[in-house]
Amino acid sequence: MMLQIEKNIENEHSVLSLIGEIDASNSVELDEVILDMVQGGVRNLLVDCSQLEYISSAGLGVFMSYLEEFQEKEIKLVIFGLKEKVFQVFNILGLDQLIKIKSTKKDALEEVL
Amino acid sequence: MKHELKLYCDTTRLSELRNFLGDILEDTSLTEVDQHQVILAVEEVCANLIIHSHDCNPKECIDLTVKKSADLMIFEIRDFGQGFNILEYQEPDISFVMKSKRKGGLGIILVKRIMDKIEFETKANINICRLFKILKSK
Repeated sequence: MMLQIEKNIENEHSVLSLIGEIDASNSVELDEVILDMVQGGVRNLLVDCSQLEYISSAGLGVFMSYLEEFQEKEIKLVIFGLKEKVFQVFNILGLDQLIKIKSTKKDALEEVL
Repeated sequence: MKHELKLYCDTTRLSELRNFLGDILEDTSLTEVDQHQVILAVEEVCANLIIHSHDCNPKECIDLTVKKSADLMIFEIRDFGQGFNILEYQEPDISFVMKSKRKGGLGIILVKRIMDKIEFETKANINICRLFKILKSK
């Protein structure tokens, strides 16, 4: 399986784990999961990218497309565990300035709780 | 050295493209981070053509040729589609991408920031996009 998405609803937050590779063929899956969580009333969304090997602009665009809505609805988004090669892609676009990115889940939790 | 790949216009083929490029880049002096970015840039151009010029028609294809010398890599992408001149494309501002909620526009920015030089030409209905990456010695 190229992309596996796992959803874990914990007490005050939800953790979305992205495992594998996200490109133009499957970014819609990420979109659907996030939309579902927004409609389900998520307040704090932590995205575990520790097993994410690749993300192209199609996947990055999904995150970008929600940023304003998250701001309006006061939904906190924190991405954590990015591998260096994947982090650098966020970095090239300056997305690290727009999205909260943390190294560990512990740091990410401190951001939302 | 020269490597060639015929890529059918189906986005599920992009992983095949990444494997093809990964094998070639493995033997270069590029760091893991740089190899990853080069793969991404080439994929962005190909995905763009597959989706926008070929409407994801799996019967159509684009041809990729990779030429590697000691200090330079050239990725040549040829197709018969309607043509997309990456050099003429005015990439959007990141904040506009965010506000407009459109999920595109980021790919071309990545290509332009990752590659060292980009050429585009149309010759007898064939569109040729060349991406250049300079290899630095270790």
